[in-house]
Order: sequence, then structure tokens, then C-alpha cells
Amino acid sequence: MAGRSKQPGKFAGVASEGAIQIRNVSKVYDPEGINVLAVDNCSIDIAPGEFCVIVGPSGCGKTTLLNAIAGFHNITQGEILLDGKAICTPTYTAPPGSERIVVFQNGALFPWSTILDNVAFGPVVQGTATAREANEAAQELLAELGLPDIADRYPNELSSGMRRRVEIARALINDPKVLLLDEPFRAMDALTKGVAQEFLLQAYDRIRKTVFFITHDLEEALFLADRILVMTTRPGRIKCSLNVDFPRPRTFHMRASKHYLELKAEIFTAVREEATKAFVAGERELA
Amino acid sequence: MSSLTERFLLMVFTVSGEQEAKEARKERQAESKVGAFSMLLFRLRQTVTQPRTYVGLLGVVSMLLLWYALTELLNIPRFNKLPGPVAVWKEFTSRTPIYGISIYTPDYYMHIFWSVWRVAQAFFWATILGVPLGLFMGWRKVFRDYTFPILEIIRPIPVLAWVPIAILMFTGIASREAPIIFLTFLASFYATVLNTMLGVESIDEVYFRAARCLGAKPRHIFFRIVLPGALPFIFTGLQIGVGVGWFSLVAAEMLSGEYGLGFLIWDSYVLVQFQVIIIAMITLGIIGYLFSAAIRMVGNMLMRWTTRESV
Repeated sequence: MAGRSKQPGKFAGVASEGAIQIRNVSKVYDPEGINVLAVDNCSIDIAPGEFCVIVGPSGCGKTTLLNAIAGFHNITQGEILLDGKAICTPTYTAPPGSERIVVFQNGALFPWSTILDNVAFGPVVQGTATAREANEAAQELLAELGLPDIADRYPNELSSGMRRRVEIARALINDPKVLLLDEPFRAMDALTKGVAQEFLLQAYDRIRKTVFFITHDLEEALFLADRILVMTTRPGRIKCSLNVDFPRPRTFHMRASKHYLELKAEIFTAVREEATKAFVAGERELA
Repeated sequence: MSSLTERFLLMVFTVSGEQEAKEARKERQAESKVGAFSMLLFRLRQTVTQPRTYVGLLGVVSMLLLWYALTELLNIPRFNKLPGPVAVWKEFTSRTPIYGISIYTPDYYMHIFWSVWRVAQAFFWATILGVPLGLFMGWRKVFRDYTFPILEIIRPIPVLAWVPIAILMFTGIASREAPIIFLTFLASFYATVLNTMLGVESIDEVYFRAARCLGAKPRHIFFRIVLPGALPFIFTGLQIGVGVGWFSLVAAEMLSGEYGLGFLIWDSYVLVQFQVIIIAMITLGIIGYLFSAAIRMVGNMLMRWTTRESV
């Protein structure tokens, strides 16, 4: 609600919920008594329905931020607000819940459940629908997203691209306020990746939820984002922010435009600096 | 130039997407057409045409030949006291067996029945108690911290060391059956608990996180993540459990009992009926194998996601 007044009309009233405010957040890990500052005084404001992409070198604290928003661990300093309500502070961590759903890096479809049971899982366990209603809703959503015919298969039987699309569907059926994606397309070949990205964009155009997307693929960031935030190498801080003002719905056509190339040059420069620093500091490659 | 790139990209994207859907559809159709009967025929044909089947058969035949050579043919000292395969076979298939045990005598099936019945009871209790215990030990770290040391100290105690305790404990209540079943249960229980616990620990943390994100409460996590996720290990545990269960059963039956294959082996030794020993041993081997195969079959039925892998 707080977010709506801040961003009047930006998304034509489609998304009124899902504002994330990350305020002066720091996170110290303490493995074996050696304090490691993973995130240092990081502040991000994400408007309801905004597609926000975070890029940065490996170990810069991108996933730490995402895990804090999701409710997997606390933070050392600062606070994270969802629609004005504190969800993560040094003393309180709101347990994970269906208003903030994570799509994991290596996929987390339950291998022992059919696709239908996977997609219907959320509504059933939350008690918002009977098993039959949830199954019908899941069938409908799968058909709507162009994934019919796979309802009674197991995740093992599908390609990685298909699995990832199902996982996004499993998140969307719960009508989350925020979708948290942690390098979801990382392990895919270029062609599958393209298809999966377009799938995500189509889904996004339909639902306009807030998206917090982590990646190290700059092309992917440009293709998807409303705004790209570049994080510095550890300790993670926001280095710069880049608005990607391509109209939606987007298609791959934008990748050939001149403006796209200019933005690409800009973002490459910003990230390269950090990657070099990380490289010199002995971190792994940009990942 | 740019329009050419666009057209290429368009082509590639649409083709790969459509192709994927088309392939999935085709696969489904093929699968639904294959009935259970033709699947059986297919399996049968595979078994008959594979060289592996014949190699295995050859192994069994050469073992029988070796046994025959050592005992009946060459009569080598140390082996000449043992009954040979021909003598055993004759006794086994005789309508009027010299020592009273063959496939035509009701006594033979009585012994089998008692052993199977005892193992079944022990296996039942080991599963009913062992699986939930193992699931909780794997799932709740605090519970595990309390119980695991106890289990680890008790587990290395050989089952036979429990014999006096078992007899003392169960005097008065079905005093002949209960100790035997208890000893058999004990052996199978450890294997079940331990494997179940390892099964839960083998579940990737990401599934727990995903379930919590989707709004699962602890009971959902238990029944929809912990239990199915541990199932492959549980069935390994049950298979090992039933194996060591037979092992303990025979030992227990040798000590007390008036029926059962273990008793039969010991009794025949005392009565110098050596063919019967071999008959009982072979029977144990075959029944043990059948038990194991049955558990595997149930496991495959419950875990279709592991057998239907296509990627």
C-alpha cells in the first residue's frame, strides 16, 4: 500500500502490493570465528510490480540478500520491509511464506511428485483450496502458460527448460506479492535460456508482480529488467543503478536495437570493473 | 542486416519451443499405447535374448558340477561326508523321502510356514517402529541428538548376545515364539532405522526451503517431503533388514523352537540327516531371494519417479 502512493501510475495500477525496501542492510557471516562481511550497508527500493535485476561478481552477497527477503536467515544490521511491514531485522525474521516465493538456482521441483501435484502443492498446503480445486486450478494455469499434456509426468521426465517453466508456474499459482529468482536459468544452453526468458516475460506481463532476479548474465539482465542494480565485490554494496526503458511486452527484437547496445556497453563497463577487482582479490570468475 | 538476425532468432526460438512440446506429446502417446501385456512380453524377450541370462545360468551349472565333483564323483576327504547334489535332489523330489522331508511332505511346508510367519511378524514390527523412528531422527536434529548415541551403543551388540535377555523378558507370554520373533525383529530394526535416517538426511535442503516458501506446515513437510524423499533409502533399509532378519531367525530357531527351517537344519544335524540340511539351506536361499524381490517390487511401485526417468 505504501508503494502505491510512491509510484503513482507507473504500472497502471496493476500491482499495488509487493514494495520491497531494503534499508542499510548489512550481514556478517561468522564461520569459525572469522567475521566475513557479506553485505555492507546496502539499500534498495523496489516498487510494486517492478522487475529488478541484481548483477555482481561471485560472492558479492546477492544470494544473501535474496535469502534474507525470503526469510531463510536474519541480517546483522538494517531492516527489510515488505509493503511497509518489517520482514527481516537483526532480531526478527518472518518465516518463509507464500507471499515471497523463491525459484531456486538448481531447481526445486519435488522429484517424487507429478507436475500437477507440484503445481497444486501451494494451495493445498495453505488450505486455500481443496485438493480437487487446486488440481483444477493447476491444470488451468499449466494450459494458460502453454504447458498442457505434462500434468501427470514426473520432473525427471522433462527437459530442464520445461522444469523451470513448471517451477515458475508453481510459484505463480499462489499469487505471491514478490517473486524471488536466484539465477534460475544459469545451467541452460543458450537456446533453452532464450525460450525460458520469453516465458518468464510473458508470465510477468500477465501478472505484474514484483520480481527480484539475480543473475550474472548481463544480456539476460538487459532483456528482462526494468532496472538493473550492479553490486560491488565483497562486501556487497550497490554500485550503480541502470534503468532499462524498453517498452513491454518485450521480444527478442530489442536485442538488435542500437539503444540496447548502448545500454549493454554501459552495464558491461560497470560490471567489468567489479569483476576485475574480484578477480584480483582472488574470488572466482563473475558468477 | 538486423532484420536478418531477427528472422533467424525468430526461427530458432519458435522451432525449439515447438519441438519440445511435440516430442513430449509423442513420448506420451507411445507410452500409453504400450500395454502391460506387451511390456511383459518385451521384458521376457529381453531376458531370453540377453547373454547375461546364459552367463548367469552357466555359473550356477558350474557350481553344481563342482559340488558334484567334490562329493559324489571324486569323493575327496573332508568333502565325502557331505551329501552330493544327486543324493539331495533324489531326496528332495522323492514321494517317500528317507528322512521325511521332500516337496511332497506336509512337514516341509510346515517348517517353511513357521519361518516365514516369524520373519513376517518381525519385519512388520521393524517397519512399523523403525521407519517412523528413523524419519524423526533424520528430520528433527534435537531428537536425533537424544536417540542416536543410544542406538549406536546398542547396535553393535550381536543379536545372539540378546538370547538370554529375550528368553527372560518373554517368559510367560507365548514363551516359545516371542523370543525368536524379538531377536529377528532386533536385527531388522537397526537396518531399517539407520537407513531411514540416512534417507532423510540425503534430502536436499532446497526442497525443505521450497516447501516452506509454498506455505507448508510441519505435517505437510513430514508427509510430502520427508517421507517420499527418504523412500529410496527406506526400501534399501527394508531389504537389508529382511536379509539380516533371516540370519537371526535361523540362529534363534536353532536355539529354541520345534518348527522352522533353522530348527530343521539343527535337528537334521543332530539326527545325522545331512541331505535335509542342504534342502533347508537351499530353501532358505530361495525364500530369502523372494522376500527381497517382493520388497523391491513394492518399492518400484511406490517410487515411480525413479523408474520413469527419460532424460
